[in-house]
Order: sequence, then C-alpha cells, then structure tokens
Amino acid sequence: MLELHSIDAGYGGFQALFGVSMRVDAGEAVAVIGANGAGKTTLLRVVSGLLAPTAGRMTMQGADLIALAPHRIVETGIAHVPEGRRLFPRLSVEDNLRMGAYIPAARKKFAERLDYVYALFPRLKERRGQLAGTLSGGEQQMCAIARTLMSGPKLVLLDEPSMGLAPVIVLQVFDLVRRIRAEGYTVLIVEQNVSQVLKVVDRAYLLEVGRIKVSGPAAELAASDDIRKAYMGI
Amino acid sequence: MDCQLDIFFVEALVNGLLLAGLLALLALGLNLIFGVIDVVWICYAEVVMVGMYGIHYAHKGGAPFLVAALFGIALTALAGVLLHYLVIRPVLETPPINQLLVTGGVLFFLQAAATMAFGIEFRNVGIRLGSLTVADMSFSWSRILAFLVALGGMLGLWLFLKRTYLGTAIRAIAQDRQIMPLMGVDSRRLYLVTSAIGGGLAGLAATLMVLQYDIYPQIGLQFGPLIFMICVLGGLGNMIGGFIAAFIISQFIAVGSSCFHTEWGYAVAFLFFMVAIFIRPQGLFGGKS
Repeated sequence: MLELHSIDAGYGGFQALFGVSMRVDAGEAVAVIGANGAGKTTLLRVVSGLLAPTAGRMTMQGADLIALAPHRIVETGIAHVPEGRRLFPRLSVEDNLRMGAYIPAARKKFAERLDYVYALFPRLKERRGQLAGTLSGGEQQMCAIARTLMSGPKLVLLDEPSMGLAPVIVLQVFDLVRRIRAEGYTVLIVEQNVSQVLKVVDRAYLLEVGRIKVSGPAAELAASDDIRKAYMGI
Repeated sequence: MDCQLDIFFVEALVNGLLLAGLLALLALGLNLIFGVIDVVWICYAEVVMVGMYGIHYAHKGGAPFLVAALFGIALTALAGVLLHYLVIRPVLETPPINQLLVTGGVLFFLQAAATMAFGIEFRNVGIRLGSLTVADMSFSWSRILAFLVALGGMLGLWLFLKRTYLGTAIRAIAQDRQIMPLMGVDSRRLYLVTSAIGGGLAGLAATLMVLQYDIYPQIGLQFGPLIFMICVLGGLGNMIGGFIAAFIISQFIAVGSSCFHTEWGYAVAFLFFMVAIFIRPQGLFGGKS
C-alpha cells in the first residue's frame, strides 16, 4: 500500500532521515519504534506531506506522493493523527470532525461518516457540542483519531498516541488502536512505549538516528535481547 | 459640563448605539484578517476609502445605488485579494514589523493615488434619507440603516463561519495553521478567500458610510485610528471582543460629545482606552476567540 524508497529528509541544515526504505501492506499494522529524536515523527511528517523529503521516492497504492501538494495527500487515503493530537481547541468536537471531512469526497458522506464515528466512539457523541480543548487527554486522542477517520482513509498514521497520558489512559489508547485495526484500517504507528506497541502491531521497524537498524515481525523484535535492554527497560 | 438625563442625553445614547454598528462592522473585517492571517491591515480604512470612491463614481455614472454598492463591495473584495497576493504573501514568513510596514506603505500609496486621481475635493453621492423624529429626538435614517445593515452583515458572517466548511476552516486555521494540510485544506487559497471577505466587509462599510459622510482622500485618517483602538481594546483578532468594544467606544464618543464639547468625545474615548489598556494590555477580552 505505502512504499518508501531511500528517503532523506531534514530541517534546514539538519538531516533527520537517511535513506529510509520501508513498506506497509494493506491490512497490516506496522510500528516504527526508537528513542526520542530518532526521526520517527519526521518520518510520519514526510509521509503525510507536512515535510518535503530531500531525496527518495514514495508511493501510495502506486500513486507518486512526492509530486502531490501537501493538502492533496489526504485524498490518496492517508490520514495523520499528529504528535500532541493537535485538535482545534476552540472548535466543538463536531466542528473538529467536520474539518476531518473537509475534502470533497468526504463531505458528500459527512452524515454517514459522523454516524459511523459516533457509533465507534459514543463518548464523542455525548460531547459533540463541547469545545475540544476542554476534553480529557484520552478523549482528545479519541477525537483526534475520529477526526482522521472522517476523511474515509485507508491508512492511518498515529504519532505517539500515548504521549502525555496517564498510565491507565495509555492502556485505553492502545485499545483504541486495536479497535481501528479491527475496523479494517491499515495502521502505521510511531511510539516510544515499545513494549505496549509491539503487542498491537504485526511488524515493526527500529529507527536509530535517522536510519532503519532492524525490521521484522513484532514478536521477533519483542523477543530480541538488544531491543529489550535498550527500549523496554528489561 | 451639562450632563443631565434629558432627551439630548438619550438622543446621544441612541446615536452612540447607531454609530457602534458601523464601527463594529469595520472592526470585524480587521479582526477577521488578523485572526486568520496574523497580519494587521494598517491600510484597512483606505480600502474602505477605495470602496467609497468606487460607489460614488459608479453612482455618478448612472448606476442605481444598490448596483453601485455591489460594485463597491466587489471592488474592495478584489482589493483585499490583490493586497494579500501582491503585498502580504511575499512577507508572510518574515517578522511582523515587515508586514506592518508594507501595509503602512499601501496606506500612503492609496491616499496619494486617490489625491492624484480624484483631487482633494469633498464629494458625496447626493442621497438624503432624512430623519426619524421620536418624542422631539431626531435620528437620521442613514445611521439607522447603517446600524441595521451592519448587524445583518455581521450575522451573515457569523452564520458563514459557523455553518459552512469554508467558514469552519477559517476558524480552524486561526487556531492551528500548521496542520491544515492534514485536513486537505490549501492554506494559501484560504488566505485569499479570507482577504476577499475582509475586503468585502470594508466595501459594505463603505456603502453605509457614503450615505453619511463626504468622501475625500484622507477619510481613512478619521476612521483608521478608531478602528485599531476598538480592535486592540477588544483583543486583537477577537471578533466578539471587537464587537463589544465598538459599543463601549462609541458610547464614550457619543456621551462625551453630549456632556462636553463635540471634539471632546474622541478625547474621552481615547482616555478610557489608555486606562483600559494600561490595566489589561491584552485587551478587555483577551486573545483570539
């Protein structure tokens, strides 16, 4: 579904990604793990068009992503839940969801998609008129995920969904990830909470200082001594 | 000082209220632009002036007033788009002082261009709507009309911002511009649309002003500082704050003029403004809403 070939990217004079190649197949859940500053967020920003890569090729279902303007990438079926959720704090929950359905194809199905996400997250329906900034952290993550589902995506990018949340809420957020997988979405997730994320994905890539060091089935990485020592504190 | 609760005082209060509608409309356009694009159009009142001349000449050329008004609104909407495209976009990523300087430059350019093109004579559209007399108090219909149309225009904008995708996107981009591409929104196009709306609001205000005021190249100086004062008092970028501030300021002007001399009205309003900003530097109603 999504393929990256030798992607370089960075900010100004600072290079954050070096020749990253990876792929995500339809129906899979894939994680990118690594330490703070390894380039995980940069990778997702490149995929969703927020940051233009300096070299490499990138396709979504065969369509060239690099040639597309950033605001056109969502039309290819890629939806990005950014780091820190980034809801519009002074818009209502429902207006946030409306923004998720901004592209023409999604607008036509707005009522239908709204019913769908409200059925998936009944809590959001209860809070539909509330300003998004007043939601709890877990509810905000729910709203941010729901907003991306409004565009009718095929691939959902999740950037550190557990960041800044209390431990018990973190477990709920990983439950959300399982649920959107069960709904048939392909998922690419970036996480520092390595032990938890390896339980919900099929495969994972380990990113170290902008380069992919290891990749393989999640169970295999979870069993690796190096990864257990370096990233799971065991 | 002769400040008594007589009919002159009541008349002043009502006239203040009527003035507030127009000032609120003027402040709204400036606040919309600042809230969304983060740029202050120093030349906002000069865009209004362009609209006033446009209406004047269209009307003089034989167009019925309503057609001339629509022409004026279209003209200022176009002026807004050109202002953004030619002047603001090139300096959008540079420090705010540059944006102030370029729009300040446009202010002088428009004043000078208007002086050369139209001369310094005072002009008017020659439409007299007369007055409404209630219990010995007199209110000009042009002011009443301005109040009602301004409220209608603001209501229309509010509905647009609340009920449409484009309006929701305009509110959203004011809160987080960086993630707009993730929503599939083309920010550059949204800025042009916002500039057209901000310009169009200036044209609507111009329509109401040509019925009350003479047109001359420096008319912006009469209104520009007042509009900025209202926007800053309400919290720059805060549309509801600007609306309320317009009513406060115009009451100070109207009642101040009634209690002291006419010229003192503005002084009293500015005095209040200075005290209020000293106490609440962020404006009475804080930041953006």
